[in-house]
Amino acid sequence: MARSTCVYVTYIRTTPEKLWSALTDPKFTEQYWFGMRSESPWKAGSPWKLVTGAGEVLDSGEIVESDPPRRLVIRWQNQWNPELKAEGVSLCTMELEPHGTAVKLTVTHSIERDGSKFIVSVSGGWPKVISNLKSLLETGSVVLQDYERKH
Amino acid sequence: MAKHPDTDLLFKALADPSRRKLLDLLHAHDGRTLTELCNHLDMTRQAVTQHLELLEAANLVATLRRGREKLHFLNPVPLQEIYERWIAKFEKPRLKALSELKERLEKTDS
Amino acid sequence: MARSTFDYVTYIRVTPERLWQALTDASITQQYWFGMRSESRWAVGSSWQLSFPDGRACDTGEIVEAEPLRRLAIRWQNVVNPEFEAEGAGQCTMELETSGPAVKLTLTHSVDCERSKYIAAASGVWPKVLANLKSLLESGSVVLESY
Repeated sequence: MARSTCVYVTYIRTTPEKLWSALTDPKFTEQYWFGMRSESPWKAGSPWKLVTGAGEVLDSGEIVESDPPRRLVIRWQNQWNPELKAEGVSLCTMELEPHGTAVKLTVTHSIERDGSKFIVSVSGGWPKVISNLKSLLETGSVVLQDYERKH
Repeated sequence: MAKHPDTDLLFKALADPSRRKLLDLLHAHDGRTLTELCNHLDMTRQAVTQHLELLEAANLVATLRRGREKLHFLNPVPLQEIYERWIAKFEKPRLKALSELKERLEKTDS
Repeated sequence: MARSTFDYVTYIRVTPERLWQALTDASITQQYWFGMRSESRWAVGSSWQLSFPDGRACDTGEIVEAEPLRRLAIRWQNVVNPEFEAEGAGQCTMELETSGPAVKLTLTHSVDCERSKYIAAASGVWPKVLANLKSLLESGSVVLESY
């Protein structure tokens, strides 16, 4: 079956509960997700969206599975870029596993097609978002303020 | 570990000439031990240690432990933030005005 | 050509100088690499070794590229596990790019063999080592004390 996948694993000095909160509280996501709010009632079947500060919906979909503080699965489609939107719905799984005094976070994002541009796009985005999340939880500040900034 | 020390602390850290000298030394050669830094300054080891602690608290110096030693590194970020805060917005228009003046002068010359 | 690759990108709030020191100083690699020492003279052509705390070699190789503060490429051969050894030498590349107050660290580890068992194992190890490196550089302590 044709599929494009990206996987990102990291370990964060935090508790599963704090990490779950960081992933599902829009006021928190705003701080590390470049101003974006990840909004949902977070129950299986409920809608989900990723919204900019200005209220634009960048991505949206539905919660497939919500098992706090262990596993979150989201059906995820880009709304903003016509080419990426045309690729259809992807599946994003976030797994939180305790590992000593840390939590192992595994993000698996896949779509049922070969050579997906959407997956290429999120493959560049996840390391930025997760690096910011890790720094925020461990030190109180993010690493990157802007998504595309280069010096 | 908080990474946003206040601006007061930053300027207090910079106010002392010995601390500025330490930053100059690190700028010239990054990743120095306490001993290496002491060799370039006419100060007690204790005094240098205290200066480095203040610089670290102001986030101007970051360290790496190596056995029983510590390597000290310059961290330009707090100064870059001051640059962004007060200077950056002035740079572009001034450069533009200068290049426009240059163009006008070149036209009158020819 | 058949190749198995592991790619990983992380952003660390650090200067390239301090990150380079952490990558190339064996006494510092020990702190985030579960006691392992990554040793070399770091000049192109010089030998390289990743050693256990007791000094035994785990992986050996050679420096293929070394651009201080920017790029490091190591020819990398496991010498402990017969299955991994049989796959032959691979290459590990680390690239550093400044990105505002941070450094973007891109790591690529590959072996010229399909479905490499070594790369499968390395895919589990690298996120731990790099998470430790990031935490050490940003907060002063590692996130995982033991593997």
